[in-house]
Amino acid sequence: MQIVDRRRNPKSKSLGNRQRFLRRAKAEIKEAVREAVKTRKVSDIDAGEEVRISSKSLREPQFSLDSKSGSRDFVLPGNTDMVVGDTIPKPPPGGGRGNKGSKEGTGEDDFVFALSREEFLDVFFEDLKLPNLVKAKLKQIKSAELTRAGFATDGPPSKLNHVRTMRNSLARRIALNRPSLAYLEKLEAELAEAEAETPLNEGKVNELRERLARVTALRKRVAYLDPLDLKFNRHERLPKPSTQAVMFCLMDVSASMTERLKDLAKRFFILLNMFLRRHYKEVQVVFIRHTNVAQEVDEETFFTGRETGGTVISTALVEMERIIEERYPVADWNIYAAQASDGHNFSDDMAECIEMLQTSILEQCQYFAYIEVGSIDDGPYPSSEVWDGYEELVGEHANFAMRRVAEPGDIYPVFRNLFSEDAKANSG
Amino acid sequence: MQNTEHATASAASTKPLFEGSDWNFDLVKKAYDACEEIGLGELGLDIYPNVIEVITSEQMLDAYASIGLPRMYRHWSFGKHFVRDELHYRKGARALAYELVINSDPCINYIMEENSMTMHTLVLAHAAMGHNHFFKNNYLFQEWTRADAILDYLDFAKTYVARCEDQHGPNAVEQVLDAAHALMQQGISRYPGSNRTVSLARERERARERHLYEQQSFNDLWRTVPQKRQEEDADSAEDAQPSSAAGGSQLRLPEENILYFLEKTAPKLADWEREILRIVRNLSTYFYPQRQTKVMNEGCATWTHFHIMNRLYDKGLLTEGSMLEFLHSHSSVTMQPAWNDRRYSGLNPYALGFAIMRDIERMTTEPTDEDRDWFPDIAGNGDPVGTLKQIWAEFRDDSFILQFMSPKVIRDFRLFNIHDESQRPQVFVSNIHNELGYRQVRQALSKQYCVSSLDPDLQVIEADLQGSRRLVVAHNVRNGVLLDRANCERTLYHLARLWGYRVKLIEIDYETGKVLKEHENLRMP
Repeated sequence: MQIVDRRRNPKSKSLGNRQRFLRRAKAEIKEAVREAVKTRKVSDIDAGEEVRISSKSLREPQFSLDSKSGSRDFVLPGNTDMVVGDTIPKPPPGGGRGNKGSKEGTGEDDFVFALSREEFLDVFFEDLKLPNLVKAKLKQIKSAELTRAGFATDGPPSKLNHVRTMRNSLARRIALNRPSLAYLEKLEAELAEAEAETPLNEGKVNELRERLARVTALRKRVAYLDPLDLKFNRHERLPKPSTQAVMFCLMDVSASMTERLKDLAKRFFILLNMFLRRHYKEVQVVFIRHTNVAQEVDEETFFTGRETGGTVISTALVEMERIIEERYPVADWNIYAAQASDGHNFSDDMAECIEMLQTSILEQCQYFAYIEVGSIDDGPYPSSEVWDGYEELVGEHANFAMRRVAEPGDIYPVFRNLFSEDAKANSG
Repeated sequence: MQNTEHATASAASTKPLFEGSDWNFDLVKKAYDACEEIGLGELGLDIYPNVIEVITSEQMLDAYASIGLPRMYRHWSFGKHFVRDELHYRKGARALAYELVINSDPCINYIMEENSMTMHTLVLAHAAMGHNHFFKNNYLFQEWTRADAILDYLDFAKTYVARCEDQHGPNAVEQVLDAAHALMQQGISRYPGSNRTVSLARERERARERHLYEQQSFNDLWRTVPQKRQEEDADSAEDAQPSSAAGGSQLRLPEENILYFLEKTAPKLADWEREILRIVRNLSTYFYPQRQTKVMNEGCATWTHFHIMNRLYDKGLLTEGSMLEFLHSHSSVTMQPAWNDRRYSGLNPYALGFAIMRDIERMTTEPTDEDRDWFPDIAGNGDPVGTLKQIWAEFRDDSFILQFMSPKVIRDFRLFNIHDESQRPQVFVSNIHNELGYRQVRQALSKQYCVSSLDPDLQVIEADLQGSRRLVVAHNVRNGVLLDRANCERTLYHLARLWGYRVKLIEIDYETGKVLKEHENLRMP
């Protein structure tokens, strides 16, 4: 009997199977994730999730007998008062013994399982990308990457390179004429034979003994594995260049934005923020909220703060320009902006906004996205000051895009639409 | 419980093996030795050497998901089972089995680290002694599996599938595996002969040769030969290897092992695809005896652990607390809810197997007149262990029940027999546990455990290798029970994928020969 402790074995042996499973169910998982975003609270939009998918693509069919045809006999336990000839009504179809079909997963039932946060986000942001990320300026070099860098003569045992080490050992043993074990054994056998011989051939025995002693000594002197032989893999940290980008999030928080509209806008920015943090480690995010005055705030305040007032959009644009000038030289940075509003603006302000966008901001930005939040009641094409005003920009500037969001379900498609790799092509 | 006289008779001066629930490797070893002393010394069990592996619950889930085999090849369905089991487990909807044991030589027993020392002892008695003895001695396992080769074979299968994924892409491999899994139950040659999983070395050698032959016989020139006629000739010459006659008498039809048939004859499969079919077929064959001996296997293991645990207690090697813990888990394992109970989910093989084994033990030592009537050979023969061991070796579930289920067990379980006609709105009771019914109930139950009546009886009856290349499979319909339509269509799709051309399935009434239904599937290019 032998006891083996397997608890230390590498965990998640099933990872490969899980990945294959997720790939298989991808279409359904995507659908489920999209649903989840619609119904979740803003604060836990990016948590891992139990998703419910239909088991359509996960079927494992086999030839099986149809329980609704033909006749059969079966034996049941626990008879209490039945006698031969009694009848029992059949359970209604679909009900009855619960764990008959679904237990094996072959039923048509939904299939529920938990996705980890990572997996959830992977599905969520699959194929999304910041468009036009071109100005690759190597200014800030933060990340370093371990890369192979040849071999070293010392190092930790875990980095021992077995092939190199054994190659050295073999070469050295050949060079120094280290007798092989087989040869030693052969000599020993010969010696034993000679010793057993009658009459004893003293000379031969002595010679063999001597040779054996020499061989043994030589084997001792020339080690099988010498510290000289050891070779270790060497790794070096190489700095990795990274592109710099900054994303401006501009949100209208004026009085006309109701709780519902703010919720929509925040959902959008949360998605954007998550997406950037996940895909681009070096991207900086600047949060600007505005009423009739604009102000740069931190993430926390941006998503949770409460403030109301009138609406002057240009203030936000001015603030953005100021920050660009101050901190993000256009030559060094990829600049992105996303603006969300309900479409109301102080009417005199519109001309100024368009002017600013046209003359400076759109020139500086790689991509500028405008999201208008509204309600379904507004109809498919409601007009608003901002929407109408911005419309003329769409044709002129390839890096300008605008979309409308009326309910939480729209956010994800719109978001994908703005940042999918195809949209990039449209935008230039 | 029937064991009270055992339990109270503990007259012990020896020290118990362990106290409390904590375990460590020394204690497990001690417990194993004590179990072995009783199992081998007193019962004379004949077992493979044991390897006991301690694992975590996650690893147990893992082992579950890959149908209980370690080192299984990768496939999404195992991932699916894993996430489902994991969810159930985390929600507490389902407990994990205490043990998992693999029919191999050496016999691998998994025990979970969360369990108490009492449970470990129980598992050792149950799996390392009971199941192990059954695996080594039952004729089905002897005939159908090679315990010494299975672990190596799994290794081979795993690396082979992984290599195929590298060479041909995971998607291509997945499709073949999906299709092979769908036909897994049709991958068994039910008449024994050359069915054994062969040794790793031979298997590997065969795969290599197949590949080599392909490489050697490949001549790029053939590609350049322009005439269409010649191409066709080459094609059919290749097919003609097994047979050239369309009638299929040389294909040795009918053939019930569809996977085997496809591996040998399917015109379009690549070399590695055939090898994968073979792997799935071999695994299916490996599990075939287990499906046929659920009641006996669990009955044997449960009887053994019950005997060993009681003996340990008698010897003073178990504390009262451990004994109570054991009895609690033993009685929940062997509980049989009634048919109208909410917890009912079929007959519990542990309960039924254990009851019949105990009953046989009782008959050999304290027979009643009824037993003497029904079982003249074993009633009062005074050798319970010898009788049981012989039964364990020579029967499978259906023959075992037909032969050894006594009226007493039928009464104890209050079994009754139901007849169900699909057109009628209700079922009716055809037999109950009385003088008139015993034999009928027993016969019906035996049939219920007969694997060949549970699985649909499918056979390849026609394969046209030259003309339309159509494959015809027949389902022999018994008692008018047809195939489940949706499942049949989906499985047929997989069959058509493997065959490469049109596939037809006809359902023929076994008695009248009348065709009841036809299904057809054409492989989409």
